[in-house]
Amino acid sequence: MCLGIPGQIVEIVDPEKNLAKVAISGIRREVNITCIVDKDHPVNSCLGEWVLVHVGFAMTRIEEEEAKKTLALLQELGEAQKELESMTSTIK
Amino acid sequence: MKYVDEFRDPNLAKSLVREINELVEVIEFSKQRPIQLMEFCGGHTHTIFRYGIEQLLPKCIELVHGPGCPVCVLPMGRVDDCVSLAQRSEVILTTFGDAMRVPGSKMSLLQAKADGADVRMVYSPLDALRLAHENKNREVIFFALGFETTMPSTALTVLQAEADGLDNFSLFCNHITTVPIIESILNTSGMQLDGFVAPGHVSMVVGEKPFNFVAEKYKKPIVITGFEPLDILQSIWLLVKQIAEQRAEVENQYARVVASRGNRQALAAMERVFELREFFEWRGLGSIDNSGIRIKDDYARFDAERKFAVPNIKITDPKSCQCGDVLRGAIKPWQCKVFAGACTPETPMGALMVSSEGACAAYYNFGSLPDLLALKLARENQEALP
Ligand code: SF4
Repeated sequence: MCLGIPGQIVEIVDPEKNLAKVAISGIRREVNITCIVDKDHPVNSCLGEWVLVHVGFAMTRIEEEEAKKTLALLQELGEAQKELESMTSTIK
Repeated sequence: MKYVDEFRDPNLAKSLVREINELVEVIEFSKQRPIQLMEFCGGHTHTIFRYGIEQLLPKCIELVHGPGCPVCVLPMGRVDDCVSLAQRSEVILTTFGDAMRVPGSKMSLLQAKADGADVRMVYSPLDALRLAHENKNREVIFFALGFETTMPSTALTVLQAEADGLDNFSLFCNHITTVPIIESILNTSGMQLDGFVAPGHVSMVVGEKPFNFVAEKYKKPIVITGFEPLDILQSIWLLVKQIAEQRAEVENQYARVVASRGNRQALAAMERVFELREFFEWRGLGSIDNSGIRIKDDYARFDAERKFAVPNIKITDPKSCQCGDVLRGAIKPWQCKVFAGACTPETPMGALMVSSEGACAAYYNFGSLPDLLALKLARENQEALP
């Protein structure tokens, strides 16, 4: 819940609601990108960017290399699997 | 060196450890008492145990595992309230996986679900919102918890519910805020903390400024820290360096994620939806002023506590449970009498056993085998006494 997981924005779903699709380790999931959007960074400029996702919200932009390192660490900690499982198995 | 090979850059780890060892030499007081550093965040606790970071450090550095696991500090009475909400026939109660296992005084949400309550695990509050759209004849309640890391997500979800014109969605809000708890720890009498490893992702939202008081008012060094084992090692080095040089400053080791002014959009959403509660109960720590978060009057219709009557009964923690002492760093997890006996991750008695981020569960899962064996022996000898 607190560590978050890095992913890449691959599609803008709804620019009005700030919704985008993020690819994380082969899984695609809709996330809200309000926290990384402002007048210098409009919604459409987010496409292709790497972000840190917390409970369905992109919280910050990160470098691609940083994203990959973090993902590797989360895998080692066993946190990535947990996070991805809850992303896909929700809502049960 | 024991675990250092597992680090992504073993040489950097080694040189950090060497420098830490050199620095503690010049810290005079470390010859009389340990240098106590607190990592506040449960994510850090997890990494520290997973990588055996304590074993790499000189003996005179003691890591105290703080109360920064939001699931762990949730008081029993709040879990009971949540169970009572879940048991209403019109309610679909949604929450994160970890929260489902926290013991209440009678049962956890998982047990309530087994007994027929409609409790659903979600990954995001947005999933709860979707459920509300799909089930217009039911009330969907999201059991919201966490520090500033998750607060923006619930605030934005409420704003979205408002924009969507939903009237069957509400929050059972149990968010807590970081600064008052750090201040209350610093004010605890007999507490001798020499520095703080500050939470990285809380800081990503709030920025550096809220931590200034630690350095300015309490004259303690504090370093905002990432979650890689190397991040933590580097922060410990920064802290020890400050102590050796008799400085007390806020430093940001995690600048690659934490902007010094935090996240403006997240803060704005929180500001719109939430306000401080005058006091809020923490499991094991009692009531702490201004540490809880509730929904502002403007958004009262999204507040489950105002929509439904919750029993709101205060339940004291079981006597044998020493979570409070562990959280304050007064005892180590294994010194609690029920540790690994009546209290295990499978049957948690105290909250620190529930989530892998709790100090007791971390110790149980990753504590060194000799320690656990010694504990078992000591217990057996004790039980053999008349
Ligand atoms: S062993 Fe259990 S009861 Fe004791 S402090 Fe840890 S979590 Fe609390």
